[in-house]
Amino acid sequence: MLSKRLVVCLDVRGGKLAKSIKFVDTRDIGDPIAKARQYYEDGVDELVFYDITASREGRDIMINFVEEVASQIFIPFSVGGGIRSVEDATRLRNAGAEKVNVNTAAVKRRELISEIARAIGAQSTILSMDIRKVTPNPDIPCGYEIVVNGGVTPTGIDALWWAREGEKLGAGELVINSIDADGTKEGYEINLTRMIADAVTIPVIASGGAGKPEHLVEVVTEGHADAALVASIVHYGEYTCRQLKEYLHDRGVKVRMNY
Amino acid sequence: MITIIDYNAGNIRSVQRACAEVGIEAVTTASPADVLRADRLIFPGVGAAPSAMDYLKKTGLDAALVGAFNAGTPVLGICLGAQIVLESSEEGPQKCLGLLPGKTVRFRLKDPRLKIPHMGWNGVRAVRPHPLLDGIQEGDEFYFVHSFYPRPAREDNVYAVTDYGGDFCSALGYKNLFAAQFHPEKSGRLGLQLLERFTRWDGSVATG
Repeated sequence: MLSKRLVVCLDVRGGKLAKSIKFVDTRDIGDPIAKARQYYEDGVDELVFYDITASREGRDIMINFVEEVASQIFIPFSVGGGIRSVEDATRLRNAGAEKVNVNTAAVKRRELISEIARAIGAQSTILSMDIRKVTPNPDIPCGYEIVVNGGVTPTGIDALWWAREGEKLGAGELVINSIDADGTKEGYEINLTRMIADAVTIPVIASGGAGKPEHLVEVVTEGHADAALVASIVHYGEYTCRQLKEYLHDRGVKVRMNY
Repeated sequence: MITIIDYNAGNIRSVQRACAEVGIEAVTTASPADVLRADRLIFPGVGAAPSAMDYLKKTGLDAALVGAFNAGTPVLGICLGAQIVLESSEEGPQKCLGLLPGKTVRFRLKDPRLKIPHMGWNGVRAVRPHPLLDGIQEGDEFYFVHSFYPRPAREDNVYAVTDYGGDFCSALGYKNLFAAQFHPEKSGRLGLQLLERFTRWDGSVATG
C-alpha cells in the first residue's frame, strides 16, 4: 500500500521566502532552500514551492531557484503560481520539478490542463483548487465554489464539477485548498475533501486549516485524502515534520518512517 | 566515474544531481562508443517503452548497452530502465533489450481504490540478498511513478517486491545488471545510499 504523504508548502518571491507568510522570526527562514533542506532531512514526503512573483524577470529567477532546489532536495517537489502555458510548465519540469501546479490559468482556459498533461505527463500535472463554502444553488449544487486569483475572485464554478472536469482533462492529482479553513488552524475542511476524494480516481492533497497533528490524521482517514499539506505549523516551529509523521504513525496511518 | 545513458527519456539530470550529492562524478552520453567504454552505467528513463526502444535502436545505443552488459560492466536500470531490459513489454509490440528473460506488464488491479499510475512512497522488501540492497529493512520506502512493472521469467531474478494490490517485482537483478522500478534519485537518503553502493559494486551477485 502507498503511504499517506506529508506535504509542506513554501511561498517564494524572487527566490526568497515571501513576507506574506507571517513567520515569528523571518531571519531564521529567509532562505527557502535551507528551510526546504531542513524539512527534507526531517522526513517530509513532498514539497510545494508556490511562486508569488508577478514579473517576467521573476520567472527566470524561479527557474534558477528550481534548479538549485533540485540539486539539494532528493524527494519529489512541485512548483505552482502563475503557470499560464505549456512552456512555463515544461521549463519548470526540465529545471527539476517533479510536478507543476496550475490554478487560475486553468480556470480561465481549461485546455491548459490537457496541454500540460500531454507535454509532461498526467502524473506531473496537478490541478490546485481554491474553494469556499457557499449556499447551494442551481449553479453551485455542491455548495462549494471555485475562487481564483489567490482565493479572492469568485467564479460561479461548482467545485465538485471542476474536480471531475480537471481529472477528465488530464490532471494527475488535485490540491483541495479550503479558503474558509486556511489560516484558522481549526482543521481541514473534512466534508469538502472527502466529497472530492470520493468523486475522482486521482490522488487528492488536502490543504488549509492544519493546526494540530490530529487534523492530519482526520483528513487522511475521515477526509479520504492521500496527502496532507501543511505550512505555518512547521514554518513557525510549532511542530517538526518528524513529530507530525510520528503522530500519524502512532495513530495507525501508514507513513514513511525511515528517512 | 559513472556514465548515464541519455536517450531522450527524461530524468537524466535528476540522476546526475543525486550522484553529485553523494560525491560521485557522473557524465551523460548519447554515444554508443562511450557506453561501451564506460566503467559503470546508469540506464534511467521515464515515459513509454515503445518510443524509448525506437530511439535506442535508431541511435545504436541498444546494441552498445547489450555489448557493455555482456562485457561485465555494472549496469543500474531505473524505472523504464528496469522494464526494457526484459524481452518485451505490454506497452508495445517492439522487442525490448532482452538482457534477461521476462516481460513488462500493466497493473491489473481489482481494488477500485488503488489508482494507476502507482505514484508515491511504498515499501520495498528484499526477497534475496544483493549488494545494492544491503541494509534495506522491511518497511523501508522508495518513490514510485509507473503504470507498468517488470516481471522476470525466473523467480531468482526478483530481488525485491512491493505490495500494491499484491506483490510486484520492484527490483530485479541478473549478473552485472541491477534494476529498480522505483526512483533512487527521488527517494531521499535511502535512495542516495543505493546509488552510493552502486559506485562500489563490482557487478557480482552476493550469495547471502
